[in-house]
Formats: sequence, structure tokens, C-alpha cells
Amino acid sequence: MSSYQLQTRAISVGKWVVIALLVIAAVFPFYYMIVMSFVRIEDLLRNPLQLFPDLATITTETYRRVLAPEDEGGFGFSRFMRNSAIVATGATVLTMLLAIPASYAMTRLRFAGRRQVSALFLAVYMFPTIIIAVPIFVGFQVIGLGSSLPGLTIAYIALTVPVCVHMLRSYMQSIPEAIDEAAYMDGANRWQIMTRITVPLTMPTLMSTALFAFMIAWNEFLFALLFLTAKKDLWTVSLGLNLLSDGQEVPKTILMAGSVLLTVPIVALYAIAERYLTEGLTAGASKG
Amino acid sequence: MTTTATPPKAGAASRPRRSVRQRIENRDGLMMSAPITIIVVAIIIIPILWTVVLSFQEARYSDVARNGLFNPFTFDNYIDTLTAPGFWSSIMTTVIYTVATTAGSIIVGFIAALALRDAFPGRGAIRAAMLLPYVAPVVAAAYVWTVILDPQYGVINAVGTRFLGWDEPINFLGSAPSALITVIVFEIWRYFPFAFMFFAAALTGLNREIEEAALVDGASPLQKFWYVILPQMLPVIALLSLLRLVMTFNKFDDIYLLTGGAADTQVAAVRVYDQLVGSGNIGAASANAVVLAIILAIGLLAYTRFTARQEAK
Repeated sequence: MSSYQLQTRAISVGKWVVIALLVIAAVFPFYYMIVMSFVRIEDLLRNPLQLFPDLATITTETYRRVLAPEDEGGFGFSRFMRNSAIVATGATVLTMLLAIPASYAMTRLRFAGRRQVSALFLAVYMFPTIIIAVPIFVGFQVIGLGSSLPGLTIAYIALTVPVCVHMLRSYMQSIPEAIDEAAYMDGANRWQIMTRITVPLTMPTLMSTALFAFMIAWNEFLFALLFLTAKKDLWTVSLGLNLLSDGQEVPKTILMAGSVLLTVPIVALYAIAERYLTEGLTAGASKG
Repeated sequence: MTTTATPPKAGAASRPRRSVRQRIENRDGLMMSAPITIIVVAIIIIPILWTVVLSFQEARYSDVARNGLFNPFTFDNYIDTLTAPGFWSSIMTTVIYTVATTAGSIIVGFIAALALRDAFPGRGAIRAAMLLPYVAPVVAAAYVWTVILDPQYGVINAVGTRFLGWDEPINFLGSAPSALITVIVFEIWRYFPFAFMFFAAALTGLNREIEEAALVDGASPLQKFWYVILPQMLPVIALLSLLRLVMTFNKFDDIYLLTGGAADTQVAAVRVYDQLVGSGNIGAASANAVVLAIILAIGLLAYTRFTARQEAK
């Protein structure tokens, strides 16, 4: 066999091996998480190898306990989920309200300082969370926003805004400016052009950008840890999961149930927006 | 930005109208971008500058609450930071971690994108499934890994001791060399989908005719990859390396959640966190953060110089 044929054959077989391995690697932990969330801790300790647990031993007690409030012997995840939803929704709405007009202006309007504003967002994109986390944390404590959900919501804007502006801007650039011109000639002002023409045209990208902002805020951990550790009532799901895991008295299978509750909303949202999300994030990648 | 070129033919009459329009445009642009700019300055730029100020102060919680910005200036934090025994080893760990995970996630992502390049039934579902590790919340992902890798009840050790003949369970996240390797593998697992997305997008943009021509001319598949596909992917590789290097260098949550910085996995960001929360030393944490930012800036400068030279070749 020539080296050409050998390579072609190796590639056609190897390709499927690679795909299979990658899919297993990507999916297995989540499969395991779901399975373990339905298992009693005694069953797990007795037999760690049960990847396909006996249907007879499956329990939903883990979910009941993790969701129930503390005074009913649970771990209060209903409240944590509500907190996460409030913070993530708030951060998403604020981010979009700020990012849409700014992205519009940066792609359409020639104004003094436009270059500088664009450069600012690129620079900010590069700034690491841990460096801004210290002063935001300290500063918010000083002005009394420290251990509060509104404070956390505002802090999350720092994480969502740069990437959202990037996604919106690259999409708005692809909408022909002639449409704006025509509307302007017909007497529409900037605000009307943006809200009645650009926003509807950008809708799919707007939705996926909003979902991405929601994902960032829902998944976030460091700020929640800095801001809220002392106030159990305000914990988000991520924080609740981590801080409860430190205690030895919480069975691991219950924490797996908590992990499922943390993951499911995000995966559901992502399933809706997968295609747009990929397009939005990688916009400009092929151009280099 | 070719706006100001007024056509010479335009009469005096059209001039004032243009400038009015320009003025309105300027006003609208400023108004629309002002809110976000103010917010970004308030919650990103000012905090960064404040970090620098704090790094020159003997600042603990109570001082900052009482005196705000007005603490005496000192270089002690920097001297302490640079001479602390843990500092340079944390930088070393961070560099190993950053380079290994950046390279690893880009390579695996590239392989994934190549394997999924040609359409086949079910490709969409596989692509979507492959993005799961990137989409899932880091706490849930880290938590499942700690359960899977647990020495007592983890499935990996169960398989290892029962079928692979391991003498005893491996404490993946608790002992020295294996903990760092494990957090690197975790990070590659979590971020290969990100690279995969970028490569998949770039590969669909390629002109296939060139590749077919190369095959007709007798190039083997490997040669096709090496001489035709890879060179076209270099801009994407450069962009991804830049993004991933910056993001990973300051990574906090993944390592904090998996090991808490134990067993020689204390990366720089975890160290900053420990100084801030563990000992409440805001000044030291700030100085450490500033030194990190400087190291990162130097690294980025070297990186862009290097890639610019490569491109010039």
C-alpha cells in the first residue's frame, strides 16, 4: 500500500475514533452528574462503578432535599436559584440597554472620540477579572453596595459589556448603512432609526448576545464569592454549591443534584441559541 | 473614516446643512455611547487605577473604610510581593498552566474541527454536544470532576483499581505532580470547544478548490494539511493563543474550585485571592495584581513582536 492510501485510510478510520473520544469526553461528565443525582449516597459508597444504576434504587429524594428550605431540612436551593435568576436577568437587561445604543453609535455615527471609545472597549476586553475584582469589591463595600444583589448585578456588567459590545458591533457592521440613510432622508431621527430599523434587523444576534450575557452572569463565581459569602440568604446557585460542598455533612449525590439544577437552565438556553451564539462569538475569526 | 471630504462642486448652499447634520450626528453619537462609557470607566477603569493606588499603601480593610484613598504611600507591598517565597513559584506554576492549557485546548479544538469538517448525518448534534464543557457553569463542571476523580467513590479510581491493576487509588487532585496535570487537563477539556468554534468557522470559510488542486497534483492528505490548510489557519491560531493566554493567565475559579491552590497548584490569581480574603491585606493583593498585569503586558508585547516577525518572514 502506498503512503497516500495508507494516510487516506488512517484518516478515515481515525476521524471516527477521534469524534467518538471527543464526544465521550464532552458528554460523559454531564451524564455522570445526572446519574449520580438520582442515586442514594449509600449506594454510591457501596458501589462506585454504577454507571447504569438499577432503576429500583433510583431516588428523587436528593432533589427534594436540595430544593427544600433549610427549616424543612433542605439546602435552600430554590432561593439560590431565584437569586441567580434575579442577578443574571438584571445584568442581562442592563447590559443590553447600555450596549445596543453604543454599538449602534460605534458602527454608524461619526462623533468626537469614537476611535477612543472603540479602543477603550478592546482594552477592557483584555483586562482580567481578578485585577478589577479587588477594587470593585473594596469600593462597593465602602459605598454600601458590597453584600447585595444589586451590587453584584452592577459588578457583572463589567464582565458582560465588553464581549456583548464586540458581538453586537460586528453584526451591526454587516447591515447596509444605506437603510439608515433612507430613513434619515424620510425624516426619522437617530433614536427612531435605531429602535425601529436596526434593532428589528439585529434581533437574532440581540437574542443570542443577551443569552450569552445571561450565561456569563449565571455561571459567574468569583464575584459572588467575594460579595456574598457572609450572607447566606443572597447566595447564588454557584456559590451555594461551592460553600455547601465544603461542609462534610452534605452528601455528594445531593450536590450532584444541585449541579444539575445549576446546569440545566444554561444548557436549555444554549440549545435555543447555539447557532447564533457560535456565529456571534467567532465573527471576524476567519478574517484574522 | 472618509467623511470630511466635501465634494468641491458642492455649492455654498449645501455647506451649512452638512455641518448641521454632522453636528447632530456628533451629538447623537456622544449621547448613545456616553452611558456605557461612563459605566465602563466607573466599574473597570477606575478600579484598575485604584488597584495601582492601593498597591502603594499599607491598606487593610479598616484603613480603606476609614481613610479611602488617603493612606501614606509606600513601596513595601512591592518589596514584600517580589521577595515572598511563594510569589515566584506561583508565577512559574501560572506560566506552565497557561502555556500548557492554551496549547492543549487549541490543538484539541483544531483536531475536533478537522474531524467534523465534512458534513454527515448527526454532525449538528455532535457539534452542539461538544460545546457542553464550555457552556456549563464552572462550579458544576469542577464539582463533577472532583466526584469522578475522588479516591474513595470516584468512578475513575474504581475502574483503575478493579480493571487496570492500580495498586491503590490515585489522589488526582490532592498530591503534587498529578494535581497540576489534572487541572491542566480540566482546563483543556473546558476550553477546547472554544477553539473548536473558531476553527470550525474559519474552516467553512476556506476555498476548497485549492485543496482539491493540491490533491490532483499528488499531495498526500498530510501534505495537504501541512502546506494548504495549516498556513491558512495561522491567523486564527494567533488570535486564539492571544485570547486564551490572557484569559488563562488570570484564571481563578477553575483551580480554586478543584484544588483550592493546594498540592503545588497555587496559580497567581488564587494567591491574590488568598491575600485579599485570607489575610485581608488589600495592599499586598493589589501589588501582586499589578505585578501580574505588568508580567502579562510584557508577555503580550513579546508575543505580538514575535508574531509580527513571523508574518514578516
